[in-house]
Amino acid sequence: MAEALATITRVAGLGMITLRADLDRAGDALAEAAGLAIPDTTGATTDGSRTLAWMSPDELLLILPQAELAQALDDLTQALMGEHGLVADVSDARAVFDVIGAGAADVVAKLAPVDAAAMPQGHLRRTRMAQTAAAIWRVDGGFRVIGFRSTADYLALILTNAAIPGSGLAPR
Amino acid sequence: MTHTPPFRLPAGGRRIDRAWQVPFRFDGRHLRGLTGDTIASALLANGQMLMGRSFKYHRPRGPMASGSEEPNALLGLGQGGRFEPNQRATTTPLTHGMITRSQNCWPSLEADIGAINNWLSPVFPAGFYYKTFIHPRPFWKHVFEPIIRRSAGLGRAPTDPDPDRYEQAYAFADTVVVGGGIAGLTAAREAADAGGTVLVLEQDGHWGGRTPTDHDGGQAAIDAALADLRGRKGVTLRRNTMATGLYDHGYLIARESLADHDPNQGIPRQRLWRIRAGRVIAATGALERPLSFACNDVPGVMLASAVRDFIADFGVAPGRRIVVVTNNDDAYRTALTAHAAGLEVPAIIDARPLADGALPQAARDAGITVLTGTAIAKVKGAKHVEGVVLCSHQGDGRPTQTIDCDVVAMSGGWSPVVHLYSHCGGKLIWDEGQSMFRPDPDRPPLGADGQGNVTVAGAANGDLRCAGDLEHPEAPTMPVWVMPARAPYTLRAKMWLDFQNDVKVTDVELAAQEGYASVEHTKRYTTLGMATDQGKLSNINGLAVLSNALNQPIQATGTTTFRPPYTPLTLATIAAEAKDDAFQPLRKTPIHAWHETHGASWEPVGHWRRPYAYPRAGEDRHTAVHREILAVRAGVGTLDASTLGKIIVKGPDAGRFLDMLYTNMMSTLPVGKCRYGLMCNENGFLMDDGVVARLSDDTWLCHTTTGGADRIHGHMEDWLQCEWWDWKVYTANLTEQFAQIAVAGPKARDVLERLSGTIDLSAEALPFMQWAEGELAGIPARVFRISFSGELSYEIAVPANRGLELWEALHLAGADLGITPYGTEAMHVMRAEKGFIMIGDETDGTIIPQDLGLDWAISKKKADYIGKRAQRRSHMTDGTRWKLVGLESLSDKVIPDGAYAVAEGVNGNGQRKTQGRVTSSYHSPTLGKPIAMGLVRHGPSRMGQVLDFPMPDGTVMQARIVDPVFYDKEGSRQNG
Amino acid sequence: MLILTCPYCGVNAEETELHPGGEAHLARIGPNGTDDEFEAYLFARKNAKGVHFERWRHAYGCGKWFLAARCTATLQVFGTYRAQTPHPPADIVEAIRKARPDWTPDWTPAEGTAE
Ligand SMILES: [Zn+2]
Repeated sequence: MAEALATITRVAGLGMITLRADLDRAGDALAEAAGLAIPDTTGATTDGSRTLAWMSPDELLLILPQAELAQALDDLTQALMGEHGLVADVSDARAVFDVIGAGAADVVAKLAPVDAAAMPQGHLRRTRMAQTAAAIWRVDGGFRVIGFRSTADYLALILTNAAIPGSGLAPR
Repeated sequence: MTHTPPFRLPAGGRRIDRAWQVPFRFDGRHLRGLTGDTIASALLANGQMLMGRSFKYHRPRGPMASGSEEPNALLGLGQGGRFEPNQRATTTPLTHGMITRSQNCWPSLEADIGAINNWLSPVFPAGFYYKTFIHPRPFWKHVFEPIIRRSAGLGRAPTDPDPDRYEQAYAFADTVVVGGGIAGLTAAREAADAGGTVLVLEQDGHWGGRTPTDHDGGQAAIDAALADLRGRKGVTLRRNTMATGLYDHGYLIARESLADHDPNQGIPRQRLWRIRAGRVIAATGALERPLSFACNDVPGVMLASAVRDFIADFGVAPGRRIVVVTNNDDAYRTALTAHAAGLEVPAIIDARPLADGALPQAARDAGITVLTGTAIAKVKGAKHVEGVVLCSHQGDGRPTQTIDCDVVAMSGGWSPVVHLYSHCGGKLIWDEGQSMFRPDPDRPPLGADGQGNVTVAGAANGDLRCAGDLEHPEAPTMPVWVMPARAPYTLRAKMWLDFQNDVKVTDVELAAQEGYASVEHTKRYTTLGMATDQGKLSNINGLAVLSNALNQPIQATGTTTFRPPYTPLTLATIAAEAKDDAFQPLRKTPIHAWHETHGASWEPVGHWRRPYAYPRAGEDRHTAVHREILAVRAGVGTLDASTLGKIIVKGPDAGRFLDMLYTNMMSTLPVGKCRYGLMCNENGFLMDDGVVARLSDDTWLCHTTTGGADRIHGHMEDWLQCEWWDWKVYTANLTEQFAQIAVAGPKARDVLERLSGTIDLSAEALPFMQWAEGELAGIPARVFRISFSGELSYEIAVPANRGLELWEALHLAGADLGITPYGTEAMHVMRAEKGFIMIGDETDGTIIPQDLGLDWAISKKKADYIGKRAQRRSHMTDGTRWKLVGLESLSDKVIPDGAYAVAEGVNGNGQRKTQGRVTSSYHSPTLGKPIAMGLVRHGPSRMGQVLDFPMPDGTVMQARIVDPVFYDKEGSRQNG
Repeated sequence: MLILTCPYCGVNAEETELHPGGEAHLARIGPNGTDDEFEAYLFARKNAKGVHFERWRHAYGCGKWFLAARCTATLQVFGTYRAQTPHPPADIVEAIRKARPDWTPDWTPAEGTAE
């Protein structure tokens, strides 16, 4: 029997912080507190363990190891002191999956209305997967997908179904 | 020892593999075909020409075509959940052990009782149903409808669930070429040369379209084109993929068959492609038209191209003696193919006065008789062609000669397949020279940029010679719409235009005579081109007959609308992955698993599943709800309230913003306190409610209803982004970040105080409608003293990942106090006992807060809030609006939710006038009697009056108008 | 399937990623509005055949509301733009005029360019 198009793994232990602010005004302070450059529109900057993603013109998402969460919340709140902004811990509100394997792009292309194969590194696409919201970007060997915690089981199921062996999108 | 079926030719058949026999069943008979056969070619090889019955007259029918335009050979395939009706025998590859059966016949295909309709056909003309079943009226429901229902529909629906898997996929291409024939492959090469990505879709399992069959050297030309394309980056070639429809902005839907014929390999059976095409090149080819001569529907009358396909592609002889009848040169290829295969071709009947092109010459050279200026007056035979009676084409059908034959291969010319071009608004022009509608290049469908986004190539564009100089030149087609030209009524009444729906030349003429001048109306009146045909075979001949009858040019008649899908799509393919557990996202709270293991009976709330109650062994849901309520009222219970919306609103203008959003004042709420708020839309109608807590000087936390979280967050963002974009406010929807647990009941504090923690939960430190934060059971928590049950109650929010931990800690701590998990129904009953409204019960999108006696929650001081102006409209301030009251049943029975209270008199429709309705109704275990809330005209000023609620069974229930607060009016319990 | 480019994030999103919001550029009528003004604000919609301005939210994307100028008859999209403007900006007006020379704005375009 052929192999699954990709392995679907739930990723635990990630902290996530939603940041809202006027990035033109507060960008430098946030970048310093986050330890990462402010990403371009629909981009993501990363240093390996941390990723700072552009979510909307006045919103960023910092993804980091759970252990660094509390300190980062403090640092970011401090960075926005005196500035109109919002820092919120959303670590528990999310479910994260890695879709890794040669057919990872096929799995994404079956669920999201995006050109998965053409998605560049360092680009984060907010879209939907079937009927649930998702943010998708490239990682080594595939894609990382963030969805909502409450629909984690659904997301895992549709990802697994889309990856069933023998169902690659290459023309037959 | 291999057994060769009677009509399998000894040689030829480029698609079949003679080494591999494929057993299958047709109507219970065991037959054998070959690998590469379609069901139709395998049946023909076995001498089975009869494959179905027509829809209306149940006339015997054999295959007419060899492709997707086939109107007759529609079979039921498979068994159980895999049964599928109306599958085209001509396009479905034969597979090992396939079970096939004929449709629309009983008791059997050979002896079908419904065929009695055929004898009655003179009394079933166009519009028969519309005219006949109108009178007498009562007959419709009791006599006609049941009979018609039983005979309606072609084939029968499967009864079992479809066991197969389906999926969809998204694709993006600069150019999508639809059609893998010579025109499509050539266009693909040109598109690739010009740059960009190219996706080529071919409906069939084979590339090349008609070119390999019709042209010497055709296969080589196709192979060369394929080799070239396969060597290019950015070109994708996809077979077995039918482009079924083109939609706005170049969105193309296609169906790829993956495992149609081997469902057990575990991969999806079909895949729905959703393709964003920069531009589309429709190279969809052309379809041959039938000719309209008398009895042209007898099995054995086939399209000329189909006859040569069966011979050349499958090595199958549809018959032994084949008469060709035509108005063009192309059909001569069929005569030559049949002749070369060793079959008899007694004559080619050509309606044209002259046939001296290269192909007719080749036929004559082969010794085949060519009769020009000749027509078929009628076909002999009932269940099979036995011969043809000939006549002069220009005459009225007087017989000149009879020829015995078992197949008639007819060709009325070719029509471009213009469906894809037309789906999204592309217009057609009538090409007089070629007698065909073809795409008008000046009026293409338009893309998002306003430019044409579909071009057409090859035969689909009317270029029937697109295979190039591979072959001889051809003389023009002569339009022949009725054969012979001056056929009398008796012959025209036997000329079929639409073989599937039994529409004849005289039916269309009758429609025209009765005033159906529009082609769209004629289609509906006669059923011409309906069902799976969708204008493939019947269209042009029907339009021409209608135009003649209306005495107008065909261009003036126009065509019916070409709608997707081009060929039928199964619903399962459209649903794709959305079936079974993935039918829709099911939202689960962090405590879901605990509820599941503790026997929760679920209630769907939006996409959430919430425990309705937790029935124990021996309990039904009703009993469980009562037990849970009494446990809370007497002791303590827990409710999973995690689904409640939790939206942070922060910024210097947050207070001002919330004052606009809520009907009451939120800017004045002190830090540390909670306030119940109502939210209306600009129409003034109540849309959501919930408790707002002020977290800090510039931060509020807004609780919404379970169903309202996303909607209200969107509502906030809408106003912030589109109306007050200069206000400094940020929102964040943190609904899923927190688990929230309500701990309610007189012993709630006792339980909480048993948990370790840093929060002072005493009545003095944390009174009703305040909140505090700290640690509880070692978990960071925010505790709100709010109550929806009317009891002493705390709602505790903790990070979602620790929700289950808190829930279990509570149950451990309160075990000896009888702590009881309660569900949404207990919550509903308890809030009704307290007279609290519920969004969706007391409100339905037409209710303003004033209707519900909530004036206390509407600020009189504020100059403005969303909905304020609307609530001053005359209808809103009308004193006769129905208002909220309590209703006390005079019996011990619960009045049904939604029951109407009647008033004196009747309305204009003779119905009783109404004066109120029940909005919530329960049996209250606390009070031991039924309670209800309702909206009643002048209700609050009518305390003590009794209302009548008529029931569907004719009885009348009565209830007294009372105060809606049934329990603890002073609120001493929740304030405790 | 409508495909629109979100002016905030540049994503060329299909309709299933968007949430429609009806006619754009409605001026809110508050508590001081007359009955007629308020009725028109709530209920009177242009329902144009041709050039039309409407609200869309990039609901599955950046979450921002944007406005689209398109032709309701042909679905040609003249442009999309940010929602924070009382009238379509000058470049959108220009794009419409280029494609529909007969069309004239029903507001004074000078206002549209003033931010
Ligand atoms: Zn966007």
